[in-house]
Amino acid sequence: MNIQVLGSGCSKCRELEARTKKALQSAGVAGEVEHVTDFVEIAKLRVLVTPALAINGEVKVAGKVPSEAELVGILTTAAATE
Amino acid sequence: MEDITETSVSAPPAPVEPTTQQRRWWLLPALLLWALVYRWLGTVADVLTTSVLHLSLDSHLGSSVAFFLFEVPKVLMLLILVVFGVGVVRSFFTPDRTRQILSGKRESAGNVLAAMLGVVTPFCSCSAVPLFIGFVETGIPLGVTFSFLISAPMVNEVALALLFGMFGWRVAAIYLTAGLVIAIVAGWVIGRLRMERFVEDWVYELDTGVNTANSSNERMSWEKRIDYGLDAVREIVGKVWPYVMAGIAVGAGIHGYVPEGLLASFLGSDTWWSIPLAVLLGVPMYSNAAGIIPVVQALMEKGAALGPVLAFMMSVIGLSLPEMIILRKVLKPRLIGGFVGVVAMGILLVGYLFTAIL
Repeated sequence: MNIQVLGSGCSKCRELEARTKKALQSAGVAGEVEHVTDFVEIAKLRVLVTPALAINGEVKVAGKVPSEAELVGILTTAAATE
Repeated sequence: MEDITETSVSAPPAPVEPTTQQRRWWLLPALLLWALVYRWLGTVADVLTTSVLHLSLDSHLGSSVAFFLFEVPKVLMLLILVVFGVGVVRSFFTPDRTRQILSGKRESAGNVLAAMLGVVTPFCSCSAVPLFIGFVETGIPLGVTFSFLISAPMVNEVALALLFGMFGWRVAAIYLTAGLVIAIVAGWVIGRLRMERFVEDWVYELDTGVNTANSSNERMSWEKRIDYGLDAVREIVGKVWPYVMAGIAVGAGIHGYVPEGLLASFLGSDTWWSIPLAVLLGVPMYSNAAGIIPVVQALMEKGAALGPVLAFMMSVIGLSLPEMIILRKVLKPRLIGGFVGVVAMGILLVGYLFTAIL
């Protein structure tokens, strides 16, 4: 599973990255977290607000840092539909 | 565990209802308690100062302490209430929805709408660039996009709550109106100047395809909206309270120790250069409006005029250096210059206008 954290490197974006990595572990899902800071890439995913989270190229979260429990939920559903 | 079932998109939304009811009942007593405490703050602060700390309210120290004990809880309580309210309102306006509303709008009417949506749409200057690209790509005119980008940070809830708490509703209303007018007019002017060619070329070449927008118009439950408001309180008030305390502490010192009328000579309404100076000083400062307003309030008590004060505030939050550096990625220097110039002119005019009126 390809997981992208989209953001300009602001503190919230770094928090989302850290939390996603934690959630990935507690969900027991295999995946790689990538931090995208390039605005062209972000624009191509049609994200309006950062921080955002995309899984396999599909935007799941935008404009907020969800709780770890929420992230676990998002990751497990994504893994199940994969 | 509940959190997990709630967020998984495919799960049936059945179990939400009972908690919604509970949450709403809890809200009303909380608001009543808030009003009750708020009403008695002044009395409690005075009693604490005189009977517990044994200070006279007429002494320098006593009047500073009473000021601090009254203003800190007052401003923080107002901040919590306003940020919560604005948070709930904002849960209705996602940036995506704002973009849908604005797309297909012409200039003029579009500028007005964009400035107003800027107040209620959640916005952080760190997403200024993706938002800018998203707006321009959808065909929203450049000037309309700028109206949004100017009003979103300038008319913010923290500034409004603090102005309301320390200067009263009239100044808060003036600030809100002035901010909207500047955003509308500045955006319109930028549109008239035909500055599209000063947007970095790659922005227009970027082909994100015809916008199908992942329109996330999911209907939120009221419980979620209340949660959204509480989250906003946790995040914003959690970040801003030390600045508020520090600002009020400095303000309390000024309140107790600086003689009346001392500042009238150089921050009063007779000095024409105080307003440009206020704008210049405000540009490099960022996001510390929360700490600045209490200081400014104390300064005004000692003879400073409202014009420079408002100009300073607007410049601090409306023209921030970090935001401009971020925007440089999509805008050529001339457009950034135009943006700063037009907004600074607007702030100057507002400053002079209020010095003349009040």
